Amino acid sequence: MEQIVFFSILNGLVFGMLLFMLSSGLTLIFGMMGVLNFAHASFYMVGAYVAYTLGLRIGFWPALVLAPVLVGGLGALVERHGLRRVHRFGHVAELIFTFGVAIVIEEIVQLVWGRPAKSYQVPAALDFPLFHVFGSAFPAYKAFMLVVAVAMFVFIFLILTRTRAGLIIQASLTHPGMVAMLGHNVPRVFMIVFGIGCGLAALAGVIAGPVLGTFPGMAQVLGSVVFVVVVVGGLGSLSGAFVASLLIGVLQTFAVALNASVGNVLMGLGVPAGASAALHDIWKVTVAQVAPIMPYLLLVVVLMVRPAGLFGTRET
Amino acid sequence: MKAAPAPAAARPLAVADVARAGVLRRHGVWLAAAGLLIVLPWVVRTGAAVPIMNQMGIAIVFALSFNMLLGQGGMLSFGHAVYFGLGGFLAAHALNIAGRGGLYLPVPLLPLVGGLGGLAFAALFGTFSTSRAGTVFSMVSLAVAELMAASSLIFDRFFGGEEGITTNRAKAPLLFGLEFTRDRQVYYLIAFWVFVAAVAMYAFSRTPIGRIANAVRDNPERAEFVGYSQRRVRYISFCAAGLFAGVAGGLFALNYEILTAENMGLNASGAVLLMTYIGGIGAFVGPVFGAIIFTFLQSMLSDYTGMWLLYIGILFLATVMWAPVGLAGLMMLHAPAWRGRRLGRLAGPYLVAGGLGLVAAAGVIGLLEMVHTVLIAESSTGLKRLFWTTVNVRTVMPWLVFTALVAAGALGLRWAGPRAATAFAEANRPGPAQP
Amino acid sequence: MRTVSKLGMLAVVLALVGGLAAPAMPADPIKIAYIDPLSGPFAATGENGLNQFKYAAEAINKAGGVLGRQIEIVPFDNKVSPQESLIQLKKVIGDGIPFVFQGNSSGVAHAISDAVQKHNERNAGNRVLYLNYSAVDPALTNEKCHYWHFRFDAHADMKMAALTDVIATNKAIKKMYIIGQDYSFGKAVAEAAVSMLGKKRPDIQIVGNELHPIGKVKDFSPYVQKIVASGADAVITGNWGADMVALAKAANDGGLKVPFYTYYAASDGVTAAIGAAGVDRIRLVHETHPGNPDAPKALGDYITGYRKLHPQNDVNQPRINTGLNMLVLAIKKAGTVDVDKVAQALEGLEYTTLGGDQVIMRREDHQLQMPIYISVHTNKNIKYDLDASGFGLSLESKVDRDKATQPSTCKMQRPS
Repeated sequence: MEQIVFFSILNGLVFGMLLFMLSSGLTLIFGMMGVLNFAHASFYMVGAYVAYTLGLRIGFWPALVLAPVLVGGLGALVERHGLRRVHRFGHVAELIFTFGVAIVIEEIVQLVWGRPAKSYQVPAALDFPLFHVFGSAFPAYKAFMLVVAVAMFVFIFLILTRTRAGLIIQASLTHPGMVAMLGHNVPRVFMIVFGIGCGLAALAGVIAGPVLGTFPGMAQVLGSVVFVVVVVGGLGSLSGAFVASLLIGVLQTFAVALNASVGNVLMGLGVPAGASAALHDIWKVTVAQVAPIMPYLLLVVVLMVRPAGLFGTRET
Repeated sequence: MKAAPAPAAARPLAVADVARAGVLRRHGVWLAAAGLLIVLPWVVRTGAAVPIMNQMGIAIVFALSFNMLLGQGGMLSFGHAVYFGLGGFLAAHALNIAGRGGLYLPVPLLPLVGGLGGLAFAALFGTFSTSRAGTVFSMVSLAVAELMAASSLIFDRFFGGEEGITTNRAKAPLLFGLEFTRDRQVYYLIAFWVFVAAVAMYAFSRTPIGRIANAVRDNPERAEFVGYSQRRVRYISFCAAGLFAGVAGGLFALNYEILTAENMGLNASGAVLLMTYIGGIGAFVGPVFGAIIFTFLQSMLSDYTGMWLLYIGILFLATVMWAPVGLAGLMMLHAPAWRGRRLGRLAGPYLVAGGLGLVAAAGVIGLLEMVHTVLIAESSTGLKRLFWTTVNVRTVMPWLVFTALVAAGALGLRWAGPRAATAFAEANRPGPAQP
Repeated sequence: MRTVSKLGMLAVVLALVGGLAAPAMPADPIKIAYIDPLSGPFAATGENGLNQFKYAAEAINKAGGVLGRQIEIVPFDNKVSPQESLIQLKKVIGDGIPFVFQGNSSGVAHAISDAVQKHNERNAGNRVLYLNYSAVDPALTNEKCHYWHFRFDAHADMKMAALTDVIATNKAIKKMYIIGQDYSFGKAVAEAAVSMLGKKRPDIQIVGNELHPIGKVKDFSPYVQKIVASGADAVITGNWGADMVALAKAANDGGLKVPFYTYYAASDGVTAAIGAAGVDRIRLVHETHPGNPDAPKALGDYITGYRKLHPQNDVNQPRINTGLNMLVLAIKKAGTVDVDKVAQALEGLEYTTLGGDQVIMRREDHQLQMPIYISVHTNKNIKYDLDASGFGLSLESKVDRDKATQPSTCKMQRPS
C-alpha cells in the first residue's frame, strides 16, 4: 500500500510537472493575447521530433538546448505571419486559425518523419534507477524531468518579476495600449511571448519524448488535458497553472493505481448497494478505467461553478 | 397564367398570378436542388460514385447543423460530433431492437430516432454548455467531447466498447415494401432526408428565433437589452443543432451499419469544422459546398497520396487567413457582378490567374510528395507515381521541373493577380454595365 | 497546324502500336487487398505486415503466379479503426478486389467480418472473401463464424491452452497477474486465462485482472507499480504493438523481474525494448518455429531473404506466408477467382508451411488447425535475431496439431 502511494505521488508529480511545462506557455499566451493556442501541443510534438533528430547528430544535451530555441523561433514566425493577420477577425477566428495550424503541423511531422513512432531513447547518462524502495525502482530520468520543470518555473518566474523585459510583458498583459504609448513595440512583445511559449512547449516535448513516446498522435494525447489544466487553473495565471497541473497529474496517477471499483467508492460515499443494478455498467468499472475522464469532469464542474478558474481573473 | 388576360376591370386582383410567379422564383433553388438529387445517380455512373454521394449527403446534413452553431449562432463547438454519434448510436440500437421484432421502426424513419437522440443529449448537455459564449463555450464543448470519448469504454453496452455497435438494415420491418439492400436505394433515402433536413434548417434560420440567434451572435448585449435572454437563445440553437446532428447520425447508422466511439470523437468534430469553414459560414449553402468538397477530397485524394489531410489543412489555413468568408462567401461577393451581368468580364482574368495558381499548386504538391518519398523512403527504387506519370526522386530532373512550376506560377501570379483584382473591382462596381 | 497534324499522326501511331502490343502484355494481376494500420499508434505493425505480404507475393510471382496471372497486394490504411476499415472495405469492393486480408485488432476484424457477411448476402454476384491472418478473438470462429471468413492463426483459446500447460508445470508460480487491452481480444485472453488456470492449477491465485484502453497508455509505470504491489509471481498479457513495447519498457524501468507469458512480446520494437533484462524470463506463444535453434531450411532462407530487403524488420508473422499461399493454392484448385468456388476449395485445404508443419483448414469453423510453439526471449544460440538487437526467440516446447485443436460452437450457414 505505501509502495503504491509513494510511487503514485512521485509519478503523479512527474506527470504534473510535465503538464505544467506545457500549460505554462499556453496560459502566458492566453493571458497576453487572449488567444487560446490550439496548436500548443503541436509545438510540444515538434520539439520532441526535432530533439530526436538533432540528438542523433549532436547528442541529447546540445539538442536539449537547441531544439526549444528552434521551435520557439518557428512559433514566433507563425505568430508574425499567421496569427497577426487573423487577429483582426476576432477571437473565434484566431482559435480556428490555431486549430488549422495544429492540423498542418501534425501532417508536416508525418511528412518529414513518417508515421511510425520514433525510438527516442533516454540518454545513457540518465538511464539508471535512481533509487529502489519497496521493491520497485524509480528511474533517474524521471527525477531529471522534475528538476527541469522546477528550474523552468523558477526561470520564468524570475524573468517575469525581476527583469525589465518581464515587467514590460506583465504590463502588456493588462494595459497593452498604455505600454504601446510608452514607446514599446507591443506586437513584437506579443511575438516574443508567443515564441517563448512555444519554446517552453518544445522543451516539454524534448523531455517527455523518451517517456511518453514520440509519435504523430502525441499532440492529441496531451492537448486536451493541457486545456483542462489552463482553464481549471485560471486563464492567464501562472501559479494557477502550476497548482492545477499538479492536482490533475497526481489525481490521474492515483486513479490508475486504484483497483477499487466505482461501486465501492459510491458505497463508501453512502450510495446504497441496491443502486448497483441501475448503474450496472458504472458500478463494475474500476476507478482506473474511469481515470481518463476525471480531468474533463473536473473541467465541467469548474466551468459551471467558477468559470474564471482557481486563480484566474478573467473568463474570456 | 394560361388563360388570356381579361380586360383590366374584369380581372380579379392578380395576386394568385404574382404568388405563382413568386413560388417559382422563391423556391426555384430548392426545386432545382431536389431535381438534381433525383437525377444524380444516373448522371454519375461509376461504381464507386454512389457510396461517396451517400457519404456527402451525411456530411451535408452534419455540416449544415454545425453551421447553425457557428455561422448563425457564433458558437464554435469542438464537440459537435458528440450529438452526431449519440444520435447514431441510439438509431443503431433502435434498429437492432426493430430487427428483433421489439419495435416497429422501418428504415426510412431511422433518422428521426437519431434526431431525437441528438436533441435529447443536446438538451441535457446544453444546460451547462451554453451558459457562456466565446472561448469558454468552445472549451466546454471540448471537455464534453473528451468525456464522451472516454465514457465509451465504460458504458460498454451502449457503445459496444472498442468494436462498436453494428446493425442490419435488411432485418428491419418494411415500409411500403421498400428494401434498402443496395447502395442506390440507400442513396435515395439519404437524398430525401438531406432535402428535408436542409429545408427544415433553412426554415429555422428564417424564423424569429433563428434571426435572434444571429443578433445574439453579433451583439449579445444589445440583444439582451431588446429583451432576449442570450442564454436561452443559445440553448435553443444548441438543441436545434443537436437535433439535426442526430439526424445525420441516424443516416450514418443506416448507411454504414456500424457506430463506434470514434464517431463522437475530436477527429469527427474537427472534420466538420474544416468542411463548414472552407465552404463558408456566412451563407446557408456554404456548408453544403464545404461538405461536398471535403468528402470528395478525402475519398479521392486518399487513394493517391497519404497527405490529403495536409492539403486540406493548407486549404483551410488559406481560407482562414485570406478568405474567411469561405467559398460561398467568395461567390456571394460577386453578387453585384451577377446582377449587373458583368460576370463574363471576369472569366478571362480569372482563368489566367486560376491557371497560374494551379500551376504553382501543382509544383508545390509535386515537391511535397517528392520530399515525402525521399524522407520516408517509401520505395527503395526512388520511383513515385505523381500526376499520372512516374518520377524518379533520385534524379535532379523532377525537382527542377516542379521548382520551375512553382516559380513560374508565383511570378505569373504577381502579374495576373492584380489584374484579376482590378477586374473584380470593375465588375462589382455599382451602376449599369460599362462597354 | 503542321505541328498539330504531326502530333496527331504520332498519337495515332502510338495508339496502334499500343493496341497491337496489348495481347503481348501480361493479363491483369489478381488483386488482393490488405486492410491494416499504416498510420496511427500501430503503424509499425501494419507496415511490417505489408512488407511481409509483398515479400510472400513476390516469391509466388517469381514461381509463375497463379492461373497465368501475377498477384498484387493493394494496401488500404485503416488506422486500426473499425469505422475507417469499413470505408476502406467499400473502396475495395468498389475497385472490384475479391480478396481481403486483415489481422491487426479483433475489433476491426469483427466489423469487417460482419460487413463482409452482410455484403455477400445482399450482393451474390459481387462477393468478397475475408481472410483473417492475425485477429485471434475466438468468437470469430465460434458464435460469430460465417462461411466467408477464414482464419490463419491459432486463436486465443488455442494459444492460452498451450500457454497454461507451460505455466502449470512451473510450481514456483503461486500468484498470477493478468493485464490486457480493453477490447474483445484482451477480454478473451483474460477470460481464457482465468478459466484454464482454474482447471489446470486451481492453487494459483489471480491477484490482478486489469484492462487498459488500447493504444492510449504511453506510460505503464502505474500499472507496473500495481503488479509489483500485488506480489505477483508471473504476468499474463495479450498486449501487442505499441502497448507491448511500452509495457516492456515500463517493466524494465520499474525493475519488475517476474516471468511474462505473452502472445506478442517479440519484434516490432518489443525485443529491443526488453533487451537483456528479459532473458529467460519472457515467453511467447506463437504459430511457427521461431528460427532458433535449428530452423528448417525453407524458413531460414525465407528469413535471410527478407532481412536483405528489410534489415530493420523481422519475419514476425510467418502465418502471412501460410495464408497467402493457401489462398493461391485454393485459387489454383478452383481454377478461377470466383469467390464462391475459391471458398469451397479453401475449406478443408491442407498445406505444408515454411516451418514444415502440416496445417489444415477445418471445414466446421474455417479455423486453421496447426501446432503451437512456445519460445523464450534470449540471446543464446540466436542465429535469427529480432529488431536487429542480438536477442531473439528460442524454441522451448511445441504442442502438436491434434493436441492444439479446440472445439467450436460454430453453426455455419453454407450458401446453397
